Amino acid sequence: MIAVIALAVCLGAIVWIARGSMGDNLVYYWSPADLEAQGERAFGTPVRLGGQIEPGSIDWRPETQDLYFVVTDGGAKVKVHSKGTPPQMFSEAQGVVVEGTIDAGGVFESTNLMVKHGNEYRAPAPGEEPQQVYRSLVQEDGP
Amino acid sequence: MRHAVMVGTGVVGLVLLALGHGLGLFWAPTDKMMGDVQRMMYAHVPTAWTALVAYLISFVACVGYLFFGDWTWDLVAEAAAEVGLVFNGLLLATGMIWGRPTWGVYWTWDPRLTTAGVLFLLYGGYLALRRFVDDPERRASLAAVVGILAFADAPIVYFSVRWWRGLHQIQSTPKTVDPEMVLCLRLSAFAMLFLMVHFVLRRVQIGRARLDRELAPPPAAAAGWGGPR
Repeated sequence: MIAVIALAVCLGAIVWIARGSMGDNLVYYWSPADLEAQGERAFGTPVRLGGQIEPGSIDWRPETQDLYFVVTDGGAKVKVHSKGTPPQMFSEAQGVVVEGTIDAGGVFESTNLMVKHGNEYRAPAPGEEPQQVYRSLVQEDGP
Repeated sequence: MRHAVMVGTGVVGLVLLALGHGLGLFWAPTDKMMGDVQRMMYAHVPTAWTALVAYLISFVACVGYLFFGDWTWDLVAEAAAEVGLVFNGLLLATGMIWGRPTWGVYWTWDPRLTTAGVLFLLYGGYLALRRFVDDPERRASLAAVVGILAFADAPIVYFSVRWWRGLHQIQSTPKTVDPEMVLCLRLSAFAMLFLMVHFVLRRVQIGRARLDRELAPPPAAAAGWGGPR
């Protein structure tokens, strides 16, 4: 009897969560569209923002260690500012998750930058050199 | 026979581990995005699979104990949970080591990481509970119920990367990974599977010896003395 109850609770919990009943309580990051939808309410509130880096938007200034780029989900776009050298995997080819706050000017001040990696693992094409993450901790000229 | 299985799983596991990790470190191609850091995969991914399989064994044994009441179910449930916890710990550790150079952080409260961390705590709790109950039958029943409930998190860990958006990527498949890497990954996975079975068998042996001592009548009573002096 107790076994049946325990199994029922176990299964029930899995089904409950699988059906998405946790709702918005389990959102790891907002997309640029989510952030935009919040409007002014988002100003100054610490959030995580995730998406793709807009191609051609990366602006790295080594002399001041300032990094600017645009995060997009295909539609909405958010300009992000980050201080310091980003993780070495940081590039247009990867997704990104940043922690920080958006200011009234619409610029997202990142306090923590994380690079999202896909599920693909490939050997470099013949003649191509593999990127060596963290062989050199400080990059000479950034991304 | 039992001895042969014990030695066999250990030897096969070690040989496969040497092969899988050896080839993974020195023969498999370097990943073009991550470089040599990607070789963490051969250690990290199999620990996840192995931990989940061990917890599944424990779950089945918990159900078996409640339905059939045989001590062996309880011993297997405990052994598999303990071995699963070791692989779960290795999973978290290797994940952190891999996460820092690639993501940029050791830890973040991503759904996959969080649920895997919770799984570690749940089974730590399961094992702690066992130490708190002295009566073997009470302990076995209580632990079996907790073991069944704790397992609810295991499928959630697996599906977390598909159900919620997070930092952790979804499962790779042989289509998204080069064949040489897949081979090393498979060898390493079977290595850890064999080692896991080996550890569980050994742990059951230890558990049985302890249980026999617990269930044996106290020597004083058996000898007809007036109890311990």
